[in-house]
Amino acid sequence: MNRDRWWTWQYRYAPYLFVSPFVILFLGFLIYPLAWSIVLSFYQTASARGQQKFVGLDNYRFLLGDWLFWGAVVNTALYTLGLVLVQLPTSLGLALVLNDRRVRARGFFRFAFFSTYLVGNVFVAVMFALILSPRAGLMNRALGVFVGRPPDINWLGEPDLAMPSVLLASLWLSVGYGMIYFLAALQTVDRELYESAEIDGAGAWSRFWNVTIPGIRPVLIFMLLVVTIGGFQLFELPFVIFESSAGPSSRALTIVMYLWQSGWEAGNLGYAAAIGWVLVLLILGVAIVQLRMTRAMQEV
Amino acid sequence: MTELKTPLLRERRRKEFAGGVLVHLVLLIAALIALTPFFWMICATLKRGEDLFTYVFLPWRHLERLTLDNFYALFTKEPFGRWLLNSLFLSSTMTVLVVTLSSLAGFALAKYRFWGKRPLMLVMLTTMLLPGQVMLPGASKMMYELGWMNSYWAIVLPGAVSVFGAFLFSQAMQTVPDELLQAGRVDGCSELRLWWEVALPMVRPMVGAFTLLSFLASWNSFLWPQIILHEETKYTLPIGLANMVQLPEYRVDYGILMAGTLLSIIPVVILFFVLQKDFIAGLASGAVKG
Repeated sequence: MNRDRWWTWQYRYAPYLFVSPFVILFLGFLIYPLAWSIVLSFYQTASARGQQKFVGLDNYRFLLGDWLFWGAVVNTALYTLGLVLVQLPTSLGLALVLNDRRVRARGFFRFAFFSTYLVGNVFVAVMFALILSPRAGLMNRALGVFVGRPPDINWLGEPDLAMPSVLLASLWLSVGYGMIYFLAALQTVDRELYESAEIDGAGAWSRFWNVTIPGIRPVLIFMLLVVTIGGFQLFELPFVIFESSAGPSSRALTIVMYLWQSGWEAGNLGYAAAIGWVLVLLILGVAIVQLRMTRAMQEV
Repeated sequence: MTELKTPLLRERRRKEFAGGVLVHLVLLIAALIALTPFFWMICATLKRGEDLFTYVFLPWRHLERLTLDNFYALFTKEPFGRWLLNSLFLSSTMTVLVVTLSSLAGFALAKYRFWGKRPLMLVMLTTMLLPGQVMLPGASKMMYELGWMNSYWAIVLPGAVSVFGAFLFSQAMQTVPDELLQAGRVDGCSELRLWWEVALPMVRPMVGAFTLLSFLASWNSFLWPQIILHEETKYTLPIGLANMVQLPEYRVDYGILMAGTLLSIIPVVILFFVLQKDFIAGLASGAVKG
């Protein structure tokens, strides 16, 4: 009898028992800090332990006129634009080639391309800080193969090359990862659609636009959003490559890096919180625009 | 007839073949770009300081000049072994916790009706739209008040929650048939055993994929641990290496840095090979639904 009662009890309360460890940690370590971040953004603080002063909307007001912040926004946006324009087509192109039925050793190539993603951001940054070094870095040596002798490009010292350098590291890291998603999507496109399009006399280009793209549209939109949102959160790569500085002429300063500098170098957590919330608005704004655009393109 | 057909067919075959060669050429070049930095790094770990700039890869004609000194120096000059242990401990703890808690929550969300389910899912969805960095100021203040600065609690407990993971498991576990669960109940199976013995095995690819992604995320996480950990003996690998990059001595003699990077990547690669099959399958099913 006792056993029966225990069974009924566990049957009735099981969902609450299952969900409660998650919910407790979710409330304690996600919702609570989030709420505190909202409150903090109305305060000026000297450090985590220091005293704080209520300043109302002053943090946000100051942020609007802070040229360092807007410089960081421009740097981050340019990087994200470059990432979207280069990474998505390259990943998709590689996936298309790898999906060709003539390909041998597909497993090897898939692993070769994906392997770069297993190297974390910080480790990629350490590698690229040396690969891009001016005198005998691998990058200059590789370019030397085409030009004759290694050029002396100062990748990490030129202000104009700061973000392109970060972009190079980022592409090496993430192209293969994007490819895996596209490959999975391509394999769900119906082969018969291609065949009937071919019988109708559609060329390779027309098959790509009229069969492939509509077939992988959901994944394409998903990847566009993921890459954009990830791009706006850029931090580790420039932070480690430029040794926790903002790079030459602050050209590698990103939004999250500025958030970190304000909060933990300068100690003003309140200002950091305000930067965080403006970042939220920026990301939401860009994501909404992108969704509108992809929807509009679908209707055309 | 045959005379007319053969040249056409041959022409077609030749085109087919040329296309195949082109495809493999593209793939080989791409693979070369992906793999060369790895090879270059491995070579750098084996070279002496004075050979680093002389040879791009290895001193092929003087292979006797190769050395393991870089690895030796890594463990004697820097507390690298300690960082490795710290990283292994933190990442495995967090991965086990986050997979367990997310799959339990996902099971409850997918297969039970309970009070507060809708509002919970709504709040979870909203937080998923926010970039994680916005929490940092509040979280760091909170950890300071709790006295958890420099403590692993501040890293492990927040790392054990994944809204993404809970949704992932909830979505995957929708496919577990209710009749199967009901049959288990008739046989006197407890709810916990239904989770462990029925639901989890049915979403095995998802478990594999999520385990790998979680391990990768915690192994590579940098910003938050860097805010929390201040003692060198508590560092994880990313923090330790990122600090080494800033020391002037390794700017010149970067064989040691590369040795550290190489050793930091190996555990993840091993885990990837163990979970590879599940990972590809899980990612594919997740991506198509997403």
